Amino acid sequence: MRSTVAALLSKELTLEWRTRESVPAMVLFSIATYVVFHFGLDRDRVTGDLASGVLWVTLLFAAILGVNRLFVAEYEQGGFDGFLLAPVDRTALLVAKALTLFLFLCIVEVVAVPAFALLLLGPPLTQALPELVLVLLLANAGIAVLGTLVAGLAIQTRARDLIVPLIALPLLVPVLLAAARCATPLLQDGGAGALPADWLAILAIYDLLFALIAYAVFDFLLED
Amino acid sequence: MRGSSVFAVPDPVPALALRGAGRRYGERAALRDLTLELEAGRTLVVFGPNGAGKTTLLRMLATLLRPHAGEVSVLGHQLPDEGYAVRGRVGFLGHEALLYRELSGRENLRFHARLHRVGVQRVDEVLDAVGMTARCGDPVAELSRGMVQRLAIARAVLHEPDLLLLDEPLANLDPAAAAQVAPLIGAGSGRTRVVTSHDPAGGLRGADLALGLKGGRVALLAPAAEVDPGQIAELYR
Ligand SMILES: Nc1ncnc2c1ncn2[C@@H]1O[C@H](COP(=O)(O)OP(=O)(O)OP(=O)(O)O)[C@@H](O)[C@H]1O
Ligand SMILES: [Mg+2]
Repeated sequence: MRSTVAALLSKELTLEWRTRESVPAMVLFSIATYVVFHFGLDRDRVTGDLASGVLWVTLLFAAILGVNRLFVAEYEQGGFDGFLLAPVDRTALLVAKALTLFLFLCIVEVVAVPAFALLLLGPPLTQALPELVLVLLLANAGIAVLGTLVAGLAIQTRARDLIVPLIALPLLVPVLLAAARCATPLLQDGGAGALPADWLAILAIYDLLFALIAYAVFDFLLED
Repeated sequence: MRGSSVFAVPDPVPALALRGAGRRYGERAALRDLTLELEAGRTLVVFGPNGAGKTTLLRMLATLLRPHAGEVSVLGHQLPDEGYAVRGRVGFLGHEALLYRELSGRENLRFHARLHRVGVQRVDEVLDAVGMTARCGDPVAELSRGMVQRLAIARAVLHEPDLLLLDEPLANLDPAAAAQVAPLIGAGSGRTRVVTSHDPAGGLRGADLALGLKGGRVALLAPAAEVDPGQIAELYR
């Protein structure tokens, strides 16, 4: 299983490096959205819950772009068949795709979060950076697992670009809510507040729940 | 004597055993009531006009489509339940190459080698065997159709499968390439083969059993030696 995941993941990263189909689009989308917020809200300083909301809604929509493209090469270039013909654990595809999306989100955030700080955020980003990174990682995990599941479901349908946000966004509302609540005190003016342990726990529980659901149903998605 | 002994060796398991096998796509039946057996090491050639169900049959044998009716046993394993035991033992060459366009031929084969737990030296071996060593670093998107087909053949035999499922394997190949890949996928490969073809004489050559499909139904099933190319041509009328 581990070597299969490694093979899939390295293929995934090589393909993204060659085609640059997902990550640049996600990065540009996030930055453009922060610019739009900058002018749309007509201010260069947001703090607290507003800052947290703007940060997360943008990242979530950017993630949808990645989710949309996650299985396109498999679907259009026979990757599914190639994988299904191999004597490997099919869960490996779920794990590899979720890891791919997780890494993409992390890379996007390395650029997008500083851009957000530059364009919109009032207090310095550094006031609670380790805590913010933790929240980002936990939220990324939830988005990655659920996104992979939805991407696998939608790839067979013709209206993929419509189905993905339609299914993924409502299901990700709990992640959005918990992540935003976690980040709010970290982005408030006059020094960061404590990370709310209850919301952090909810975020972690959601990640676990989604992971279990994905593990249980992903095989069925691959079945003919 | 032997037959009455409790130690009698059972008949070797046929490589393929289908009984009343069928497959639908939605309401449309693509394959109906197919019954046949093929011994290990033999070749079955499948003829039939476009849409006859040839690809459907091959994809079903490859575990990519589940049978909707009848019994299908491949290499002694019942499908779909024992598909896991069949996967990895079949070499599937379909209409599509199953190669990523932005990866090179070698990268694609290395990827499949890892999935099939095959050593990397085998990749160079098959690349050489299909005559693609010189261009194996080029992205698949930049290769000619015939070159892609050669790589697809290399991919199909990479893991030394027991059963080859070949959907018009010589499509897009020049005569020299066809001769070059013969030891890998031809009758001389020693493997059990199911080959689709639109060329009556060429298809019958090297085949043991001939199947003619029309509209998903069996129109002809006979030892290849007893079939006249004219009978095959009749299928297409
Ligand atoms: N994915 C699919 N969805 C719906 N119908 C399909 C699908 N694939 C094949 N069919 C139908 O099943 C029937 C058999 O198709 P199949 O591809 O097996 O034919 P074939 O003998 O391989 O034809 P060809 O010589 O053109 O390759 C056809 O009527 C076809 O329209
Ligand atoms: Mg076909």
